[in-house]
Amino acid sequence: MVPLSAYLVVAACLFSLGVIGLFLNRKNVITILMCIELMLLAVNINFVAFSHFLNDLAGQIFVFFVLTVAASEVAVGLAILVAFYRQRRSIDIEDINTLQG
Amino acid sequence: MLETVFFYLFGGLAVLAGMGVVLAHNTMHSVMFLIFCFFNAAGLFFLLDAEFIGIILILIYVGAVMVLFMFVIMMLDVNRAKLREGFLQYLPMGGIIAVILLVELIASASSGVFVSDEMVQAVHLGQEVNNTVEIGKELYTKYLLGFEVAAIILLVALVGAIVLTLRERKDAKYQNISAQVNTRKEDRLRKVKM
Repeated sequence: MVPLSAYLVVAACLFSLGVIGLFLNRKNVITILMCIELMLLAVNINFVAFSHFLNDLAGQIFVFFVLTVAASEVAVGLAILVAFYRQRRSIDIEDINTLQG
Repeated sequence: MLETVFFYLFGGLAVLAGMGVVLAHNTMHSVMFLIFCFFNAAGLFFLLDAEFIGIILILIYVGAVMVLFMFVIMMLDVNRAKLREGFLQYLPMGGIIAVILLVELIASASSGVFVSDEMVQAVHLGQEVNNTVEIGKELYTKYLLGFEVAAIILLVALVGAIVLTLRERKDAKYQNISAQVNTRKEDRLRKVKM
């Protein structure tokens, strides 16, 4: 029988990998989007694990909603990326400085 | 026993694939590692009696989202060597933050705060329980509003992605409907004296 904490540790590892990926790959927007996906996956694992151990389906319903939002986010993010690439011929983060942020 | 073996298999491979996503030199390899990570996470979901969510994860993420990533990477043709510049510049800061986060999360996960007595004996559901049916019952009754909001979010994302990437072609001819409708007889017709 696998305890709840084991699942939480796996999710924590995946989440931390997502965070470190955000810092390491400062150049590439696509990798940053993938790291966000990794963090959302970790959250989903936590939701499903709690749903199983609390015997409550609400966690799985929320995973469904998180999947919806993540899919929309990726679609819009990649569309913005393609539109940006057409203008600047680059997806380097440091080129995205029109707003002086 | 078998469950524990499969948990360590899926969990370990998921974490290794996550490392691959972060460290791979080629962006396409990162996508492949992320797909592998999603498959292993789906395996973990199966171990947790969440068959519907596991299948949905494979169908939506691997089948749609990651394929979208691949298409964009192939379309953009990014210069790989340039992207790796300054890779280690942020390692100390990012590493410290990630390690602190990991230690905090693992400490809170293993502290026993989340575990109560009835949770320790969480048993697997019997074969007669259909996960998809149960989710459907909940989703279409208790969470109907959220379900509809999710549908609207998907629609907005769909329209937004199309609007962002649509561009008017210079060499194509378009109808100007309002100009057509507003045209009067005097604009087109000229009387000439013979």
